[in-house]
Amino acid sequence: MGAGAGDRVRLGPGGRRVTTMLEAEVIDLAVTPLRDLNQRLHDVALSGEGPTRWRIVNPRGAHAVACGLDAELEVEIDGHVGYYCAGMNKLATVRVRGNASTGIAENMMSGLVVVEGSVSQSAGATAHGGLLVVHGDAAARCGISMKGVDIVVRGSVGHLSAFMAQTGNLVVCGDAGDALGDSIYEARLYVRGGVAGLGADCIEKEMRAEHVEQVRGLLERARIDDVDAAEFRRYGSARRLYNFTIDNAGAY
Amino acid sequence: MCGIVGLFAKSPEIEEHLGAHLVAMLAQMSDRGPDSAGVAVYRDPVADGLTKLTLYSPHRDEDWRTVASAIGGEIDSVRASHAVIVVPTEAGEAESRVRAARSDLRVMSAGRVIELYKDVGLPEIFAATFELANLKGSHALGHTRMATESRVTTEGSHPFSTGLDLCLVHNGSLSNHNTLRRMLRREGIEFQTENDTEVAAGYLEWRLREGASLEQALEGCLEDLDGFYTFAVGTANGFAVLRDPIACKPAVLAETDDWVAMASEYHAIAVLPGADEARMWEPEPGIVYVWDRAAVA
Repeated sequence: MGAGAGDRVRLGPGGRRVTTMLEAEVIDLAVTPLRDLNQRLHDVALSGEGPTRWRIVNPRGAHAVACGLDAELEVEIDGHVGYYCAGMNKLATVRVRGNASTGIAENMMSGLVVVEGSVSQSAGATAHGGLLVVHGDAAARCGISMKGVDIVVRGSVGHLSAFMAQTGNLVVCGDAGDALGDSIYEARLYVRGGVAGLGADCIEKEMRAEHVEQVRGLLERARIDDVDAAEFRRYGSARRLYNFTIDNAGAY
Repeated sequence: MCGIVGLFAKSPEIEEHLGAHLVAMLAQMSDRGPDSAGVAVYRDPVADGLTKLTLYSPHRDEDWRTVASAIGGEIDSVRASHAVIVVPTEAGEAESRVRAARSDLRVMSAGRVIELYKDVGLPEIFAATFELANLKGSHALGHTRMATESRVTTEGSHPFSTGLDLCLVHNGSLSNHNTLRRMLRREGIEFQTENDTEVAAGYLEWRLREGASLEQALEGCLEDLDGFYTFAVGTANGFAVLRDPIACKPAVLAETDDWVAMASEYHAIAVLPGADEARMWEPEPGIVYVWDRAAVA
């Protein structure tokens, strides 16, 4: 949580933010229409004013909950959400205390999205930045066409994960399904368990000290402290399928 | 798109209100399929040697009494354009009596347990017109259709019944249905529409006829069907779920002590009692899931 202009964030002794003292704004989706909720969340970004902590109850699988956020908000969702939750997220922290359906945090730009349950397909699809943490499993196509996001999955991921993944890191503490990293560009894939099969142009690569360090850092950011970074194997592009030139390495 | 729901009662309370729960689930899937809707409900098995037919008439104010006496059966119930008639004979004979008496009527389902209702229009309106909420039963499947492959008609709505007490609902589209239909017609399977899902239903009927178990017949789909699908299949004793190996089409399963439910999206399950506490998972691609009453009881 940050303190943007106009945020109702008070400063405690020594300048420490004491945001925990703020009451969360509670929105009950059993009574409040979804568009009203999302509009109110967007209004905070537009006006720079309004609550920074939100708690959403009774989502009951609704689609597009907390989409398009563009402020340092903390949003907690109590229950299961539908498609595209926290899609296009910027700056905000969104925590889902349940499962999420297709496309959680799709096209996220920055911020943090945490799902305490499992997620359906295309988690973190096309996301450019930020961190997505899934404590359960992720289904097919996790991180499809990822463009810079970091994704940490506590469980396993389904088939075709990291398909055409361009850049960013996918850390899978469990197993990966078939065709992992098919047609991959320069994203890094770390899997601790088994891999059912590698996709076209995806190969296993050496796990050097810098990579262990990177996984350790990502696990730490994901607050997963009982998984050993040294147990992961690294996968990435063989660079035979796409037109790789060393001059462009910096672009990823 | 299209939406699928399935509900399997594990407690008498759910059986008592099966129709109401089914309607609530179906309404949640309206946005996935506003063109037409249909349900198969498994209830009140008739005795051995009897056949329960669900008939559809294209005529308003059909004279079902005359139909029933023409085929030597008794009316169980009439709902909108459909009637359930019990005939004291085996299914093949019952169906040929219908064909002989009234070739304009369509047999929507035949068996000892199944009843099948479907029509064009919004799911909520369909459910109200057919008074589905007062149905009791052991399990049911429902479908809301957004048509892609063929016309929006009552006949082209799902479920498609295939063989006795068997029905299929489908989210997706099949690419090789014309080739398969030609092959199945040569095998003697009859088709009433140009619909792709009816071909999948006919495929299952063929495989079962050739001695496959339901599980084997569904596994055969993985080899022989080209296209996208999440299937839910209703049987006299339960239901089965299969997603194609690519698994573009969604499905979620949930289970409590009182029920098992499947749906295209979770919000269709969220309307069930105790959904918040249900065990919930996404069916794996290419894996056949079967619930059987005998196994649950």
